[in-house]
Amino acid sequence: MTTPFGWGWTNVLDPVVAGRAQFAVALTIHIIFAALSVGLGPFLVYFVVQEIRTGEQRYARLREFFTKVFALGFVMGTVTGIPLGFMFGTNFAAFSTIAGELIGGPLSFEAKMAFFLEAAFLGILLYGRERVPEWFYALSSGFVALGAWLSAFWILVANAWMQTPRGYELVERGGRTVAQLTDPMAAFFTPRLPWLFVHMQSAAIISVTLVIAGIAAYFVYHNRDSEVWNTALRAAVVVLLVMSVFQVFHGDLYARHVADTQPQKFAAMEAQYETSTGADLHVIAVPTSLDALDNPRAENLFTVNIPNLASFLASGGDPSAEITGLNEFNYDSPPVALVFWSFRIMVGLGFWFVGLGLWGGYRLLRGGIRTSDRYLVALMGSAPLGFTALITGWYVTEVGRQPWIIQGVLRTSEGATIGLSSAEATLSLLGVAAVYGTALVTFCYLVRQYVRSERERLLPPTAGDGDSGPDSGSDSEAGQQVVGSDD
Amino acid sequence: MTELVSTAAVQYPVESLPELWFAFVFAVLGAYLLLDGFDFGVGMLYARADGDERETMHAAFGPVWKANEVWLVLFGTVLFAAFPAVYANVLSRHYLLIFAILAALVLRGIGSKLREERDSDRWHRVCDRSFVAGSTLAPFFLGMLVANWRFGFESTINGTAIAVGLLLVTLSVVLGASFLTIKTRGDLRRTMRRYGRLGSVGYVAVSLATIGYIALAEPGGSPAPSTAETAAAVGGTIAFAALGIVANRRRRDYGWALSVAGLALVFVGYLAWTMRPFVDPAAALSIREAVVSPVALEVNSIVAVTFVPLIIGYFVLLYSVFSGPATAGDY
Repeated sequence: MTTPFGWGWTNVLDPVVAGRAQFAVALTIHIIFAALSVGLGPFLVYFVVQEIRTGEQRYARLREFFTKVFALGFVMGTVTGIPLGFMFGTNFAAFSTIAGELIGGPLSFEAKMAFFLEAAFLGILLYGRERVPEWFYALSSGFVALGAWLSAFWILVANAWMQTPRGYELVERGGRTVAQLTDPMAAFFTPRLPWLFVHMQSAAIISVTLVIAGIAAYFVYHNRDSEVWNTALRAAVVVLLVMSVFQVFHGDLYARHVADTQPQKFAAMEAQYETSTGADLHVIAVPTSLDALDNPRAENLFTVNIPNLASFLASGGDPSAEITGLNEFNYDSPPVALVFWSFRIMVGLGFWFVGLGLWGGYRLLRGGIRTSDRYLVALMGSAPLGFTALITGWYVTEVGRQPWIIQGVLRTSEGATIGLSSAEATLSLLGVAAVYGTALVTFCYLVRQYVRSERERLLPPTAGDGDSGPDSGSDSEAGQQVVGSDD
Repeated sequence: MTELVSTAAVQYPVESLPELWFAFVFAVLGAYLLLDGFDFGVGMLYARADGDERETMHAAFGPVWKANEVWLVLFGTVLFAAFPAVYANVLSRHYLLIFAILAALVLRGIGSKLREERDSDRWHRVCDRSFVAGSTLAPFFLGMLVANWRFGFESTINGTAIAVGLLLVTLSVVLGASFLTIKTRGDLRRTMRRYGRLGSVGYVAVSLATIGYIALAEPGGSPAPSTAETAAAVGGTIAFAALGIVANRRRRDYGWALSVAGLALVFVGYLAWTMRPFVDPAAALSIREAVVSPVALEVNSIVAVTFVPLIIGYFVLLYSVFSGPATAGDY
């Protein structure tokens, strides 16, 4: 393919590499907005229902604040999501042709079942409070949340098929091999789907809970008696406690399923090159030199191992179970270091969330959650960490599947568009990186603005106080500065 | 293309199911060009409005544009679900054009959403520029894409594509003027009626110029439309434009809106009707060759038949909740 423009620059980047980088950048940023809708949806329903049921002002305030965040996230999610759908066609044309019956279907179901529902009822949620009856307003919030969940469901149907494909057969059509749908139920409800869906939705809820907890902690720190934000804080801590504990147990079972169905991914997660029995698990792995970063099994790695635990976890109880090493597979390994470290960051953060949940639960029982400075600061600092765990977890899922785009069927390099020029691919990569980066920065900036104006509402600025200065709150401890966790 | 083992013997539950899906894909495209078309028109007419009028226009557009834009996603995904090879071919063939469309939609969406977030003149100016630029470029690039797809051009930039781009820009202006006439009152409404009449005349002129250009400068295309088909399209366009102008003058605003929708219908109808039996003329792929297997098409059909009526229901609901004139500050 030739560029429509006469640019002289060529081969800036390999078009396949540029296309993969572009998809990775786009997805890393889009997944934040997508997970925000999924996680915030149930909270919105809760706030709306409580507002209508109790008639209390605090719920109306929380509903207003988080509806604004939700709407902003929804627009950013649409802006970053529409291109993503088209990138299957632009950059992975061969994959789209081959797997169209299995990927195109779920994506169109997502549009039909989820997007219209979400977009139409969001208009009512945002602008229709005075225009529709209360019960209908509550129903609208439910439909918006349902839309976000259905959307995630169908996307994960498509992704789960790429991890554990079935319900299809390869046939010749028009001189090309394509995957033809033979059993829709088998193809849409693959073995991976329940694992992926539960783990992802739970991760989205935890991520959003941490953001709500961080914001609420910030306001409570500055105004210990804020009824609105103590309500949000308590709700968030309870949800965090339940979901973080659930996620750890679920994650353990999920890893076992991965070891069964995608042994090469499990081996990459554990950086296990040679097949071994009684494999150890690195609980903590700290690189002591730069080499160890891209070779997690290097000797100069400070590790705390639990003997046989990797085998134990993979098999679900047998400490001497065999773990197939990466060298056993007759194809390239995934980028082991990326998978290994992403997995460790995710798991490490997961345990930190359990800690935060237990700590908060203890504080709730003993009273004094609103006066525990250390806990409130910990929550503020942890606000973005849920999304960090979610993104690194997604890297484990996607990078760990490499070199396959469809496990065992099609390599990612074979799925790319043929004949795309390097100039085109590089140009679109730069554009996508710039636009998506701007979208994320703008989103964070505006949420920070929301938090600021809420703070001004909570704490009328004292006379002569400028609009700057991190701590103008009158009732917080003098001189104590808070790290900005509101973005 | 002649030796197709698997497409020769296949049986669909309804014999013409592939053709119905071809029609459905274009119906969704038409719905998108109609609904987001008036959003684009609002964005272009916005450039000519003053401060208060702009607030009113935002109030009219705010609650509905996000749902309108979803029709583009539906178009992309039903094309993917029913004709994956066409989806892959067209998008990868016109790679940078696709990203140009997406960039224009980003400018439009971000510009209109972010405007309300801060109350400063400079912020509003930047957002407004982004909104107007995106609303103008999006239909232009979409027109280019549609022309390249229909006529099977390999190169993205050509006279026909530019002409059809301008055609969609003009159509969007008329659609936007019609929508705003229904949603506003007073001076703004009078101005919109006038722009609507001017735009309709402009649309007929650009249509004739486009048809003339294709006939003289870039004849052929593939497959070439017959003279009868073209004459019918020109006749339909002139008739709907004339009906629209009459309705506009008599202040029958809904009648005018229907006539404008007729213009969009003629445009998409001509496109689809003259493309048959091909669905990707550049690759000489016919509907039957590019369509997915019967099992996949059947599943797609069940979901479409179930959910498209629901989607139409959401739109009826959304537009009736937000019916009546928009007032500045509602947004």
